[in-house]
Amino acid sequence: MSLFAGKVAIVGVAESDQIGKVPDKPAIMLHAEAAKNALDEAGLTHDDVDALFTAGPLPLELGEYLGINPKYADGSNVGGSSFVIHLHHAALALASGRCEVALITHGESGRSRVGMFWPDTFPDSVLGQFEAPYGLMDPVGSYAMAAARHMYQYGTTKEQLAEIAVATRKWAALNPKAYMKDPITIDDVLNSRMISWPFNLLDCCLVTDAGGAVVMTTAERARDCKTTPVTILGIGEAYSHALISQMADLTTFVARDSGKRAFEMAGVSHDEIDLAMIYDSFTYTVLVSLEDLGFCAKGEGGAFVSGQRTAPGGDFPMNTNGGGLSYNHPGMYGMFAILEGVRQLRGDYADQGIRQVPNCDIALVHGTGWNLSSAGTAILARM
Amino acid sequence: MSDYPRPLPVPDPTTLPYWESVKAHAMRIQRCNDTGKFFFYPRGVSPFTLSKNISWEPVSGSGTLYTYTIVHRHYHPGFASEIPYVVALVELDEGVRIMADLVDVEPDPQKIKIGSRVEVVYDDVTEEVTLPRFRLAGS
Repeated sequence: MSLFAGKVAIVGVAESDQIGKVPDKPAIMLHAEAAKNALDEAGLTHDDVDALFTAGPLPLELGEYLGINPKYADGSNVGGSSFVIHLHHAALALASGRCEVALITHGESGRSRVGMFWPDTFPDSVLGQFEAPYGLMDPVGSYAMAAARHMYQYGTTKEQLAEIAVATRKWAALNPKAYMKDPITIDDVLNSRMISWPFNLLDCCLVTDAGGAVVMTTAERARDCKTTPVTILGIGEAYSHALISQMADLTTFVARDSGKRAFEMAGVSHDEIDLAMIYDSFTYTVLVSLEDLGFCAKGEGGAFVSGQRTAPGGDFPMNTNGGGLSYNHPGMYGMFAILEGVRQLRGDYADQGIRQVPNCDIALVHGTGWNLSSAGTAILARM
Repeated sequence: MSDYPRPLPVPDPTTLPYWESVKAHAMRIQRCNDTGKFFFYPRGVSPFTLSKNISWEPVSGSGTLYTYTIVHRHYHPGFASEIPYVVALVELDEGVRIMADLVDVEPDPQKIKIGSRVEVVYDDVTEEVTLPRFRLAGS
């Protein structure tokens, strides 16, 4: 029995006015622009918002900048999955009557570094004492070590990882907002500059400037909104470690738990998922997520993505916005996976040919955060 | 102040015995006396029980290479001259995992096999600080 199906609705989704290179705007303004755009799409206003959810700034800083004094707030920051997890927290607040219009925002000046929120690593922190002295490039080095272990244990190949980058770029070519649109081949991935073995440059996400926002409300209020409402059939979250050295088994992560919780709440099977939006900080992140979410068995992710199966025209539409690998990734990406899942369900691309996933009735949106540390999985459908 | 160009750890009161042990070239790590299990990094409480019933135990510093990456791009200028270098997760024989660099090795994935035996090397990087690093056993 779903807690949320038919009771809470996503009624607005938007990016900031520009994404990609935005050197003239601080990160907090990217939150503000996306908030305004998402509220406008929904037909709601600044004065309707009574709950704020964000990761990056404190909810206090966000509320102050936006001039909103919420009666419910959540600043949980668990990495790039945070915004999928905020969907869960906002749905709970809405379903229990704690608020009526929840605004979830994100914004980072990841490329231009204007007004960012992240502190330096202190040398007496756990990270400062036990990892920083060794020069691991964060977070790419952590994911690279996980990929290396998966390759050792299951025979996963760099060519299989490259399949993901190539298929994702094909989707990006269809998205005018995508940062990188030129076609690439598997050889291009393998021959791109080495970053942190086994990852080449094209195994790694972009670093951009962007904001995003989601507006959620109750079923009653959704009737007056301008958009086709999208509801949450099932959702789950899960956490394990923070440092990669503390991860029990580097070949599997807590997506297995968040996914199980989401599927159980939704009461749907994997075969019923029409679109998978899978956080792609690195090619490997996608491969291990597909396994842990149960789309294939452990160790079979490489075979699953082979033959351009996730590309336009393939039988497993995935990351149809071009993903963090080719569309946009300002540091945390989960927000943008939600935007695309909602747009595909609403049929926003119906006049754009192959870009619209046909008969897209159920979408899975999965966020992974920190060093394979946190997971949020949402299964969405039109209300 | 030293002119060592890379980040140095600053111990806190709960981790100081570890840093003192590596400075003495005789690594000690913590064991939870309630469960008998070792853990790392050092903590003020056992992550198995939250108890403070913890002891410091000497270890040989021998273990197995669990995984690694070869870093070709640095995030801190102090590492620029080291590129490419190998950062590893080592599973000590006591069952805990520790991050450190793998030294005295060619940074070539064909030559570094996961599962290889490794041993600790103590590097006195400043007068105050010793960093444990690892090398392939017998190298």
